[in-house]
Amino acid sequence: MVDSETEREALLAAISNVADRLTEEREYLTDLDSAIGDADHGANMDRGFEAALDRAESTDGDAAEMIKTVGTALVSAVGGASGPLYGGSIMSASAELEEGITPETTVAFAEAYLEKVRDRGDAPVGAKTMVDALVPAVHTYKKSIEADDLPPLEALRKAVDAAERGVEFTVPLRAKKGRASYLGWRSVGHQDPGATSTLLILEELLQTTEQYVDSEADGDSDARDATAPAEPAIDPDDAETENGDAVDGEGE
Amino acid sequence: MVGVVVVSHSERAAEGIVEVAAEMGGDARIEAVGGDRDGGIGTSMDAIRAGIEAAADDGGGVVVLVDLGSAVMNAEIAIEKASIEGDVEIADAPVLEGALNAAVEATNPNATVESVLEAATDAREYRKL
Repeated sequence: MVDSETEREALLAAISNVADRLTEEREYLTDLDSAIGDADHGANMDRGFEAALDRAESTDGDAAEMIKTVGTALVSAVGGASGPLYGGSIMSASAELEEGITPETTVAFAEAYLEKVRDRGDAPVGAKTMVDALVPAVHTYKKSIEADDLPPLEALRKAVDAAERGVEFTVPLRAKKGRASYLGWRSVGHQDPGATSTLLILEELLQTTEQYVDSEADGDSDARDATAPAEPAIDPDDAETENGDAVDGEGE
Repeated sequence: MVGVVVVSHSERAAEGIVEVAAEMGGDARIEAVGGDRDGGIGTSMDAIRAGIEAAADDGGGVVVLVDLGSAVMNAEIAIEKASIEGDVEIADAPVLEGALNAAVEATNPNATVESVLEAATDAREYRKL
């Protein structure tokens, strides 16, 4: 268990890393969305997390309060169905973090988030949506913590791997929900943008957790500046590198 | 009086639907909400919330009619966040026919959120041919 100041710093670093990553991947998400949607997912997620970082930085509250403001900002700033799906679900699930960030509360948060996304989006697994990345990630995380008794960092690594497989699984599927479903069979062969942005966010949460768990172990957590620009966190094993020139790192 | 809110991805569509509904239920309190926050095609939770709060100003409750996808989800969150007196319900109904039925029922002096919701939902059964 960490003190509340470190917790706040780590959360802000995580939000900042996600915001930076979504700026980097803006065109990539837009390309994915232009194939089967309305080509706005990259810009929407980028704008959303920029607003979320702004709001989180100006909040004095605890972890639950901070994450709730992230959700509120996403609902307002992200357009389309992603705003209510990401933002509304984060808002609801944030209540699970009232006791702070622990293995148990993060499992509860992940489960509450998944439940809200499924409830609101009404999408089963296999409908070519963010649910296809989210379900394996949340189930793997919960199992790793509760059944296999793994350390949280290891559990999160396994969850990210599971999400990555889920994203790949969306490629051959025919969309059954959302705007892509209007395309019917023509949606087959394209990777789902919402599942992809879910994976990008999880990768940054893992990246940030690695930084903080390592620095805790080294005993120099105070040396870290949460407001410093994050390192670009592109792992060579990321799913998007399989899509040729998709990663170009440009924000506009 | 029970208020009615019409939510569409297009501001002009929402206004047009309200125009049709007001033809039959002219005295009803109907709010049109449409478009995303930049005025493009989409929906905005904050705008829907403002529409619900405006339609609810006399405390009689509100029935919300929606078109597609994000309109439903944003309306759900707007209801969670709106600070109003009285119930708010989303009608599982076609947006134009439902809005017209709801507006007519809302002008009934004995109307309740339940009766307006039921009137809107009845529009699901309408066949064109």
